[in-house]
Amino acid sequence: MTPTLQIFLIVSGALFSIGLLAALSRRHAIFILIGIEMMLAAANLNFIAFWRFGPQHQPPTGVMIAIFSIAIAAAEAAVGLAMVIAVYRHYHTTNVDQLDQLRG
Amino acid sequence: MSSWIVTNLWLIPALPFAASLVILSLSNVRRKSAAALAVIGQLLALAFSILAFLPTLQTHGFRVVQNFNWFTFGEQTLRLGFILDPLAAAMLMMIALVGLCIFVFSVGYMAEDRNFVRFFAYLSFFSGAMLGLVIANSLVLLFIFWELVGLASYLLIGFWIERPSAAAAAKKAFVTTRIGDMGFFLGMLWLYNRSGTLLFYDGGNGCLESAGLAMLGASPAVAGFIALLIFCGAAGKSGQFPLHVWLPDAMEGPTPVSALIHAATMVAAGVFLVARVYPLFSLGAINGVTPSLTVVVWIGVTTALMAALIAVAQADIKRILAYSTVSQLGLMMVSLGVGGVAAGIMHLLAHGFFKALLFLGSGSVIHGCHGEHDIRKMGGLRRPMPVTFVTYAIGMMALSGVPFFFSGGWTKEEILHATAHWPRSHATYYLMLAGVVLTALYMTRQIIYVFFGNSRSASERVHESPRVMTTPLIVLAICAIFFSVLLTPAWPWLHTYLTGESAQFELVRLIQPMFFVSLVLVGAGIGFGIWMYRNAGAPERNRPAEIDPLEYAQPALFRFLANKMWIDELYNRTVVAFSWMAAHLSDWMDRYFWDGLVRGFGAIGQLFAIFTTSVDERGINAGVDETTAGTRSLGRVMSIAHSGQIQTYLGVVAIGMLALLLLYAWLA
Repeated sequence: MTPTLQIFLIVSGALFSIGLLAALSRRHAIFILIGIEMMLAAANLNFIAFWRFGPQHQPPTGVMIAIFSIAIAAAEAAVGLAMVIAVYRHYHTTNVDQLDQLRG
Repeated sequence: MSSWIVTNLWLIPALPFAASLVILSLSNVRRKSAAALAVIGQLLALAFSILAFLPTLQTHGFRVVQNFNWFTFGEQTLRLGFILDPLAAAMLMMIALVGLCIFVFSVGYMAEDRNFVRFFAYLSFFSGAMLGLVIANSLVLLFIFWELVGLASYLLIGFWIERPSAAAAAKKAFVTTRIGDMGFFLGMLWLYNRSGTLLFYDGGNGCLESAGLAMLGASPAVAGFIALLIFCGAAGKSGQFPLHVWLPDAMEGPTPVSALIHAATMVAAGVFLVARVYPLFSLGAINGVTPSLTVVVWIGVTTALMAALIAVAQADIKRILAYSTVSQLGLMMVSLGVGGVAAGIMHLLAHGFFKALLFLGSGSVIHGCHGEHDIRKMGGLRRPMPVTFVTYAIGMMALSGVPFFFSGGWTKEEILHATAHWPRSHATYYLMLAGVVLTALYMTRQIIYVFFGNSRSASERVHESPRVMTTPLIVLAICAIFFSVLLTPAWPWLHTYLTGESAQFELVRLIQPMFFVSLVLVGAGIGFGIWMYRNAGAPERNRPAEIDPLEYAQPALFRFLANKMWIDELYNRTVVAFSWMAAHLSDWMDRYFWDGLVRGFGAIGQLFAIFTTSVDERGINAGVDETTAGTRSLGRVMSIAHSGQIQTYLGVVAIGMLALLLLYAWLA
């Protein structure tokens, strides 16, 4: 079986949905972060897939964007985890259900 | 059959990896299946290693590489590959066999542990990574496996994570080796920049073959720097001075881990790495001497002597062995540096067997003494633990280098031989001789403390370990003895196998001056040890029982050595204190300087606000009140949507996105 664009799109769609489901339904802040990372990974996969199956002999733009976004994702994860730690120190919980100080 | 494995080398590391993944998915109570899976994975890896070993025996200088493309990026293609040559095959055999013994031993040693299943998953993971490391034909692939063994080491040192000391030791090991790996990584990038490939052998185009070396040889200084940067990584992994501090602390891990990772295999990876990229080190050598090799020699000498000295004054049974490992690794580095590559690798292989034996023996002793590590509290164990005692004594004699029947004796002799002919300096040779005496001394001290004399506080009600633990000891002891058959100068089979020549049998070569020199040195070391420690652990004239005889004779020297030459304290005062200060400075800057700026701007805003408030209140207040009331009620309605629950917001975003998608689909 040769890999086609559709297969990559289905995989990334599935990955995105799983990530979204995790981000929406898990109660632990770290799992929500993991879900967000999965959605990012799905987006990266799309970039690479469209680049790979696009017109031949073009500069590796898709890969560059993916690398760039991986670097940003790493920074984001660091900030996110630091925030989780800060939130935990303040509220003694990481359950996002209990973090509703911004309630209107 | 055997040619099939040569083209499918990846199977060897893949099997333990697969076992590790399956074990990780097991629940915490499936102890038997976890142990069985790990042992079977290792057994298969050993079988495949033997199959891969066989074809290398048939032709001299056997070398098969299999390269493949990993990915293409623009015009660059990154290629990885596996290699099978005598060096890789011999390492495979040693790792798989020692690993199997340690896996079996762990079944007994860890029997009581809560996280038995996780332990075997980590062990299998380590074994796979280590087997992959030795067959990598690309510096990138080697680096990947290198980091994987580092990760496994971190996980296993900190296996008893509930002990703060274990967690700290794991962190220290990880950070310290990372310092070396930074150099390794830079060296790798520089090498790629210079030679355009990171494959070792590639049909004449690899970086260790004539074309690549010619490209590097254009500027020998750069090649030397690259070699030294790679040596940084090797020094970190192999516990060479000044990065040796993590290895003794790594003894916080379970004893089988110390035996497998921190004695027999992973710490030898640094020596293996130097041997693998040896052409880089010896590039442009005059008389076998290059600046980079000279650095390797002096680092090795410093490490070997310093660690041997420290080992004399330690009281923890595992720490003595840890410093002994550091010292032996230094010895191997010296051997590589002076040009005795084969001698260094032979010592590595022999050391793998007998040091694993010693560590497992110490594990058996600790198990028998109910977790006691202090040799001053043991004593007289030779009667209750006969099997452990005999195997331990064999390991001790192999390590001290007792000639003739023990593997360590021959390899050590060969290293001394190589050192004696180093043209740069004779000092290394004499320092190495001193190292041999010290090795014999500290091992004699340890064995007298642990197995002779009267039993002391920790050695009451001691029992011999179960069969599952003593069998690996016996197997390793037999290996340590029989391995010496392959090493004798009369029939230097292993030496010729590694260098790709054919072995001749000549009995005359058995008798060499070096043989008598090492006999005298080892005899002196053991004899002095016996004289010095004959009454260790018992009171003697003015000396109370708990004071070490050396401490009684030379208190200042003993304190210096027992505190590990204050190197940890030195690092704490310098490197650690420096980063601590940098962190606190940044914290202070953040808190007072930047925060102050922000607060200053805030204050300006506040002043302005006070001014506008007064204008507001006195001027346009009343007319606005009406609007405010309206806005407020609208706001109250809107605020219902703001639950403060982040996931509700996220869900609304997701629904909105879906709606946009549907709209788009409908419009298109």
